[in-house]
Amino acid sequence: MTEYTKSGQVLKCTHCGENCAEEAILANEKSFCCEGCKLVYEILDENNLCTYYSLNSSPGISQKNQSKGRYGYLRDSTLSKKLISFSDGQKTTVNFRVPQVHCSSCIWLLEKMPKLNKGIISSRVNFLKKEVSVLFSEKEIHLADVAELLANIGYPPEINLADEQTKVQKKDYSRWYKIGVAGFCFGNIMLLSFPEYLTGKSVLEPSFKLLFGYLNILLSLPVFFYSASEFFKSAFYSLRQKFINIDVPIALGIAVMFVRSVVEIVLQTGPGYMDSMAALVFLMLVGRWFQNQTYHTLSFERDYKSYFPVAVTLLKKEEEQSIPLSKLKVGDRILVRNNEIVPADSLLVSGDAAIDYSFVTGESEPVKIVKGSTVFAGGKQCGSAIKVEVIKNVSQSYLTELWNNEIFSAKEKDKHEPLINTISKYFTIAIILIAIGSALWWLPSNPHKALDAFTAVLIIACPCALALSSPFTLGHIVRVFGRNGFYLKNAAVVERIAQITDLVFDKTGTITVAGGSQIVYEGANLNNEELLVLKSLFSQSSHPLSTAISQRIDVNGRTEIDSFSELPGKGIKGRAGEMEIKAGAADFAGTVDNGNVKSSRVYININGKYKGVFSLTIQYREGLKEMLSTLSGVYKLALVSGDNASEENTLRGVFPSGSVLRFNYSPQDKLDFIKQLQSNKRKVLMVGDGLNDAGALKQSDTGISVSNNLNNFSPACDAILEGSNFHKLPVLISFAKKSSVIIGISLVISLLYNAVGLSFAVQGLLSPVFAAVLMPLSSITVVAFVTMSVRVMAGKSGL
Amino acid sequence: MSAFFLLIGISLAVAVGFLIAFLWAVKTNQYEDDYTPSVRILFNDNTLDIKDIEQNNLARKDSKAQRKIKQ
Repeated sequence: MTEYTKSGQVLKCTHCGENCAEEAILANEKSFCCEGCKLVYEILDENNLCTYYSLNSSPGISQKNQSKGRYGYLRDSTLSKKLISFSDGQKTTVNFRVPQVHCSSCIWLLEKMPKLNKGIISSRVNFLKKEVSVLFSEKEIHLADVAELLANIGYPPEINLADEQTKVQKKDYSRWYKIGVAGFCFGNIMLLSFPEYLTGKSVLEPSFKLLFGYLNILLSLPVFFYSASEFFKSAFYSLRQKFINIDVPIALGIAVMFVRSVVEIVLQTGPGYMDSMAALVFLMLVGRWFQNQTYHTLSFERDYKSYFPVAVTLLKKEEEQSIPLSKLKVGDRILVRNNEIVPADSLLVSGDAAIDYSFVTGESEPVKIVKGSTVFAGGKQCGSAIKVEVIKNVSQSYLTELWNNEIFSAKEKDKHEPLINTISKYFTIAIILIAIGSALWWLPSNPHKALDAFTAVLIIACPCALALSSPFTLGHIVRVFGRNGFYLKNAAVVERIAQITDLVFDKTGTITVAGGSQIVYEGANLNNEELLVLKSLFSQSSHPLSTAISQRIDVNGRTEIDSFSELPGKGIKGRAGEMEIKAGAADFAGTVDNGNVKSSRVYININGKYKGVFSLTIQYREGLKEMLSTLSGVYKLALVSGDNASEENTLRGVFPSGSVLRFNYSPQDKLDFIKQLQSNKRKVLMVGDGLNDAGALKQSDTGISVSNNLNNFSPACDAILEGSNFHKLPVLISFAKKSSVIIGISLVISLLYNAVGLSFAVQGLLSPVFAAVLMPLSSITVVAFVTMSVRVMAGKSGL
Repeated sequence: MSAFFLLIGISLAVAVGFLIAFLWAVKTNQYEDDYTPSVRILFNDNTLDIKDIEQNNLARKDSKAQRKIKQ
């Protein structure tokens, strides 16, 4: 049925580039694979926007499986208000997430939205965030229509409950401002202080000296009161909690530097240390910025709400009505269309339900559901629309119940105290003791020098290099990980990974390839006719195995089945023409079960003769066994699976002996399993992928979510690992461990600089030039060292 | 030497100008998205419609022809 062009090539869809497999739809001498693609083309053609197709070849997204989102619920003003980012009553700005954006044509088209509807004033795309910001006139077009228009041109916006709650947070640019101000002041103070460095004696006229001094004070005011404010705040909060973090000695050093400099300049006893202070603040702010560079496009905080619909289609006396999800009650009947998610545990009332639970379990093979049985929340319907009756509230469903666990309401605590804070405690105490000691030493002979020495110690000990070593090391490691498809939520995760003792894996979708189960046939060759009959026969059965086999038999067409019956526990029986077929358990098909491997098998018997067997083997990720044996040398391994134990024997072979394998675990069981390990003082790294792992990921010390497509689903976690890089896990973990070695060495370097500086400071011999050279020099040495060593280590590890 | 006072004033003013430019750039979200503008600038805009171009070409030819006639 496939149409071919004269050259014998398969017709490709003009819009999306897919083969026009079934009947190609022809319009304007162009071919389309489906009505949806044709519709998009027509809209663009009408508006002279066909440049879209000339920028990239077939840039569109296939509309075949696209459920046209119904955005009627956006007319509900309470819902729409939550989405709109700004409105003055006439002009409204709204940000939509459009995951389909993938090439420059998409940007071009989306920014041409004003041509499609005159109510839209402008639209801007943020490609990296896959967002489009639309400014429209409320009088001429409604928000719901804007969403509808986006869907019509092939970019259905993704709207979910999580958006409503997180939308309000405003962009915080204060760190950029602070760095800008500090950099500006630092440069100018340096310039004005420069004449002082050239000679021991001042070559400047006193009037200049005074001017430069006061200008320095003026320029350092914004540095001290604005740019450095976060160090003071952080130091203050930590002291209030009776705890000394690295910001305490920093704040102390900056404050002493500022006060002593002002005093020196005003009393004209010296040029002060304003240049050093501004340099330190600038460098440290850059360090913090570097550490906090994260992957803004990835979301690490998603819970089930991000994936559930905002509104559902309620059926009331066979009338469809769109209501917000929050108003859904037990007993309501709702309509779930193709690719829509069932929002609460429900009973199937009518329709062919094939539910894809990949959000929940990671397995994307759809499960057939019989009328009257339960469809669990989180499942996605594949196929025609179904009617279901809600039997549990959204928050009380089997899956969503998990989020009622206290672990999700507890505010995220720092699960791990960074190394630097442990050190800073002793460091600060030591510095204060040295400062007081040197002051006491000088006090009897030279009270003036005592004050000099006291302040000089606090200035030179300001642990700038110390504070920079860990942000830069961790920041670089986060980048190395990112290059290898391993994305961390923040830099602190590196240190947490370095401390783990146990690894817990989920099975489906994590160590197996989702949807990658293989069906292998062994036995006598089957001819085409037989295959065709088998395919048709299996398609009659709703058993998941049958569906899977039917889909994998690679013959075209269909044949008439004369009789068909399903014998529970045995298999299926059918007749087509002359052919009598039995398929199912071994004894049913007249043979013996020879499989010692416990894979799912379907034996085939045609006309009373045993033919062969279809066995379904689950495909594990590449290099899984090698990876697990590498890990087993250092860590304890465990597996928790929500599936039954049918794979246990295979997995025993894959997992090293001594690993714990648990099956039939509910999401809550998984969470409890992790908790139990932690109560034995173990640090647990959980690797999972579905929403059913969400609790365990949250409870664990480090939760890694494996994802095959970054824009797809991943539950709340500390890090996201691309499925294709799964085998790198041992290398990544050991690399994280090396971070503490690098930080350790850089700490020693910075402490050595401090020791040199202190040896001068205690004698009260700290000249401003010396400080201005030594302090930035130590910082730069440390930054250069960690940058180099992370690179070298990454090269050695093959990352 | 008193020229120094003036020069320092000017140099500071220039530096402040750049600082303001930086702050303005941050405030207007120019650091928000550093990819899309690079694509956007490559679009040959004023809506590249083939019909428009053809009409333009026709119009140009017409005017040329008219000029020739006048000469």
